[in-house]
Amino acid sequence: MNMNFLVALPVVFPILGAGLSLASASLRRLQGWISISILSIVLTVALALVLLSRSGPIVLDVGGWSSPVGVSLVADRLSSIMLLTSVTVTLAVLVYSVAQGAADGDDAAPIAVYHPAFLLLSAGVSNAFLSGDLFNIYVGFELLLMASFVLITLGGTHDRIRAGTVYIVVSLISSVVLLMAIAFAYAAAGTVNLAQLALRLPDVDPGVRLAIQTMMLIGFGIKAAIFPLSAWLPDSYPTAPAPVTAVFAGLLTKVGIYTIIRTQTLLFPSNRLDFILGAFAIVTMLVGILGAVAQHDIKRLLSFTLVSHIGYMVWGISSSTDDGLGAGIYYAVHHITVQTALFLVVGLIERRGGTTSLIKLGSLAKVAPILAVLYLIPALNLAGIPPLSGFMGKVGLIQASVSRGLPIDWWLIAAGIVTSLLTLYAVTRAWTMMFWQEAPEEMPEKTIPRAMVVSTAALVTVTLGISFGAGPIGRYTWDSATELHQRTPYISSVLPDDERGTGQSSEVTEQAEVKP
Amino acid sequence: MTSSLALIILSGVLMAVGVYLVSERSLSRIVLGLASITNSVNILFLIAGGASGEPPIVGQAQPAQMADPLIQAMMLTAIVLSLGLTAFLLAVGYRSWQLFGNDEVQDDLEDKRLAKRSEAVKIAERADKPQRIEVDAEEARDETESRHETTSGDEVLS
Repeated sequence: MNMNFLVALPVVFPILGAGLSLASASLRRLQGWISISILSIVLTVALALVLLSRSGPIVLDVGGWSSPVGVSLVADRLSSIMLLTSVTVTLAVLVYSVAQGAADGDDAAPIAVYHPAFLLLSAGVSNAFLSGDLFNIYVGFELLLMASFVLITLGGTHDRIRAGTVYIVVSLISSVVLLMAIAFAYAAAGTVNLAQLALRLPDVDPGVRLAIQTMMLIGFGIKAAIFPLSAWLPDSYPTAPAPVTAVFAGLLTKVGIYTIIRTQTLLFPSNRLDFILGAFAIVTMLVGILGAVAQHDIKRLLSFTLVSHIGYMVWGISSSTDDGLGAGIYYAVHHITVQTALFLVVGLIERRGGTTSLIKLGSLAKVAPILAVLYLIPALNLAGIPPLSGFMGKVGLIQASVSRGLPIDWWLIAAGIVTSLLTLYAVTRAWTMMFWQEAPEEMPEKTIPRAMVVSTAALVTVTLGISFGAGPIGRYTWDSATELHQRTPYISSVLPDDERGTGQSSEVTEQAEVKP
Repeated sequence: MTSSLALIILSGVLMAVGVYLVSERSLSRIVLGLASITNSVNILFLIAGGASGEPPIVGQAQPAQMADPLIQAMMLTAIVLSLGLTAFLLAVGYRSWQLFGNDEVQDDLEDKRLAKRSEAVKIAERADKPQRIEVDAEEARDETESRHETTSGDEVLS
């Protein structure tokens, strides 16, 4: 049976759900159930795609149009694993926010556009992951950005408007840079289909190719928050509501990382910018973590660790070996879940303690021991304590670098280890200040809704699952790295005979050619 | 591929105007700047599509004479997206005007904190080096005042 239609569902269903949700805006309860059931279906689909894509990329020609003419959606190993991780995380955050809304009542609950915007965000992320077309990636980005603008300015309070403005303007500039890169690519190669670009770009003048590559890296680099382009992130993310920050931190930067991996491996295989990417990875790791060490607010601290750990993924991309890229993808999977889990826990801490300032918090270990456990596991995981997944990812990266052995590799390893230790310092300092120090003022008597704790705990369990399932997951990501470096599986499944895809339109054109 | 030189110049001018406006503080200017930049990129797409031609409808023109339809589809998408984003940004600007009475893009909190800290350090440095009050007063005197006026002021006081 042909299972290609599955590829469209992660994009179609959330958009459909957003419409339904907007139509039932007066029924908050129904909105919650619509969102949860839609994302549960998408989760099942993503799981199926992960299993199916093991035997090669699955291609869907949208609307039956053959590939270079029509838009195609492609689910190869990399797309599938990123999709599965992102949907898992999105679902957990959704359950968390629904529980929060149920606990606070209708007045305090997020306004009616929350659920539609959240679903559109999910659709945009899925579209960016699955798209086999450069312009469609841009559309996916715009979709998720538009939804994220709504979510980050939710309620329109003083702080959110201040932080949101900068976020919106920076995001728009990055989109424009990306759009320019697409225009250049089209002018140079006459196509925006990724597979066809991969075939045609080698014939393009190397200077022009380098210009296109650089423009794409800048556009995606702003979205991924790689160091010189990361200044917008730590100021804008922490002001949003806790679930929104969690899903932004987990997903949005990783969509940028995904697109960098996709374009670097598929379009620019003999990568001339490896060294520069490596250098940026080093400064991203170090500058990010030094920022985190200086913070007194747990949300800002975590935002800086987010920037810093993007460096590890860039390290994986820059190593351009199967081992390095595989470890980088594994690290991305690990980091999406861990970072989201941490932000969810911080949301719980903010609820219990009434603040996110490390100076004002204290004695939480006494009043909420379960939060202590929920914080400690992902925090240690982020720092890379064995046997957790952060450790596995970092060891994978270090191994890959040692076996490549260029001078920059040793710098990368040194920076990676220093960053890891400083992360440990930052998160344990936050731990002692939040949980062990004597509370400067009496903690307010508040209870946390059970469903919020359960959804956070579920995500923490997933992070543990990624740690203990490191064997099979690592093999999967390694396979996806080899698949990416080979390039032929992707290209030949989108364009079987190097000319056209397999949509209905090719039959139609053949008939039309025969007739006259 | 041939393109019109006028389009290239127009795209460059729009981009320059846009970059200038985006680097302003006021959000309404940034909106205008972004609109100008996106239009510049749209024209870039038009350039990428090559020379203009007949409408791309099968049967009405020879394929060789047709204009590139894909470019126009992409431009249209980009125009629609930028329209929506401009509308949203204007709404944010209006909200900002409601809240703060202006639509200026504000500084990063961290930047403000760092600036305050460096100010505090400067004040502390000055406090560390006590000077004789006469010397200090001599240095700190108002430059706009002439010597003559100060002496006459002294006379009045005495």
